[in-house]
Amino acid sequence: MSSVAKKAAPMTVAQRLLDTPLARRSDGLRSFAVAAWLGWQIESNWADPFLFAVYSIARPIASALILVVMYSVITNGAFQEPIFPYIYLGNALYILVGSIIVGVSWAIIDDREHYRVAKHLYTAPINGYSYLFGRGLARLIIGAISVIITIVFGVIAFKLPITFASVDWGLLAISTALGIASLAGLGILVGAWTMTMARHFWSVGEAVSAGMYLFSGAIFPLDVLPAWLRWIGFLFPATYWLELSRRALLGPAAAGFETFSALSNGALLAILAAFTVVLLTGSWFFYRWALSNAKDKGLLDMESAY
Amino acid sequence: MATSEAVIGGGLSSAERARKARGLRLFWYAMWARAYPRIVGALRERSWMFFETLLPVLAVAGYVFIYRAIGAPAEYTGFAVLGGAMTAFWLNVLWSMASQLYWDKDGGNLELYVLSPAPLMSVLLGMAVGGLLMTATRAVTILVVCSLAFGVTYTVTSPLLLIAVFLVTMAALYGMGMLFASIFLVAGREAWHLSNLLQEPIYLASGFYFPVRALGFWAATAASIIPLTLGMDAMRQLIFASGPALGFLSVRVELLILLVLAVVFIATASVVLARLEVIGRREGRIIERRR
Repeated sequence: MSSVAKKAAPMTVAQRLLDTPLARRSDGLRSFAVAAWLGWQIESNWADPFLFAVYSIARPIASALILVVMYSVITNGAFQEPIFPYIYLGNALYILVGSIIVGVSWAIIDDREHYRVAKHLYTAPINGYSYLFGRGLARLIIGAISVIITIVFGVIAFKLPITFASVDWGLLAISTALGIASLAGLGILVGAWTMTMARHFWSVGEAVSAGMYLFSGAIFPLDVLPAWLRWIGFLFPATYWLELSRRALLGPAAAGFETFSALSNGALLAILAAFTVVLLTGSWFFYRWALSNAKDKGLLDMESAY
Repeated sequence: MATSEAVIGGGLSSAERARKARGLRLFWYAMWARAYPRIVGALRERSWMFFETLLPVLAVAGYVFIYRAIGAPAEYTGFAVLGGAMTAFWLNVLWSMASQLYWDKDGGNLELYVLSPAPLMSVLLGMAVGGLLMTATRAVTILVVCSLAFGVTYTVTSPLLLIAVFLVTMAALYGMGMLFASIFLVAGREAWHLSNLLQEPIYLASGFYFPVRALGFWAATAASIIPLTLGMDAMRQLIFASGPALGFLSVRVELLILLVLAVVFIATASVVLARLEVIGRREGRIIERRR
């Protein structure tokens, strides 16, 4: 009984939100809150809290340590060089990018193929667009916890030059809010695309995420890429968000590379804001098209076992 | 269809096969029957190749550019490329060996395997053989694409030893996969998450993208329980000019350890599978579907 009560706790939070007058009148907000609760249950209730914590920590820390060992082998542990925090922080922050983009795409696959509830969802009075945002939120929360743990681990173990006083909290908050919103828009685009696919949908989110990992300057400066590939990085909001986050966290200690040295924080924020508006608006229209397309082709509740 | 009958039954009719296939013969047929969809699937569904090579190629490119950003010697590019190619085998073992019985249970195939007269061990071995052949094409593609893209040069000192190391590594690795599959037989949703968990931490411990001896003697020794740790270290020593200088143990010692691992994993998988099948039957886990 007690474990049931514990598991129901997040729903209590969601229930309170659902009971507010605004939520009662808004399909979108209700769908979002319930989807976020559902997503959290799916992501977390397969194990006890300790095992879940180990699972949530082990992967990001291992991923960071791969880069640390690679760096250490070549530089004999020169962690004080500006390139090290650049690589480490980029990798840590990128967890959020992967979580959001892959998360929304997987919500579609989970509902359709694994739990086989897509037909029930889309015959219920929900707002599907908000529902996908809510499912992405659960992954975002788990990703955010992993990011914080990875950065704290880096500060303690590798003396990353980050202190509470040196962080530009205002810039960090604004850039993160814009970054998450733009990535959520991108996540919905990828998720909606997944909805229209009968094959290879497993890999779409991961392919987009892996492509952005390579081209967004997450783990190495864009200057390292061949000039004919470098422009691809400028097409992704993650590129600007990662640069802004590094500047906010590291301050003057942030490594400056040719690619963005000419752009001020304000200019980067303006570009990121423009991406956010375009992606959120585009995702709304694309989602509606994808939903209609999936219905036309009978893909909405397809169970391919592919 | 004619091809499948030739592969599975050597041209015998269904009735003759059902009458004659017993003992080792049944084991052999069942193994190839399970391997068959994987081998044919790799050729029939070629579009898989795009995603299954694209993702590792992107990952390898990322690691190559990191090495370039920090001014690493050129051979480290080759180390990362080899590691990237070998991830195909590790992912295959995790998702198409270890988790496979979980998928089969979810799809309703596992109960059919258990109901059939074929030994479950032959099904596992068929999964391994089919998976190995299917993944080898992907690994070779990753190796060729990345080698050409990043200009990796190889200096193969002993081709025969290299082939021996590769084959024994695969035997040990897929033996480990069979053992995992046996354990995952009684797992529910945890199987999915365990497979997820065994990716990056194993890439780190086994030195997929750097020489494993960088982890230190004891950590590298502990990681040697994973066959790819010693397998990749030995292969790097045999195909890169600077490989021997960066190796963990000598190639012959690593080959010997890999042989022992192969025997131990396959034998243990057989014992554990038999034991867990009994538990699965008793607790009703063979036909349950927990999502």
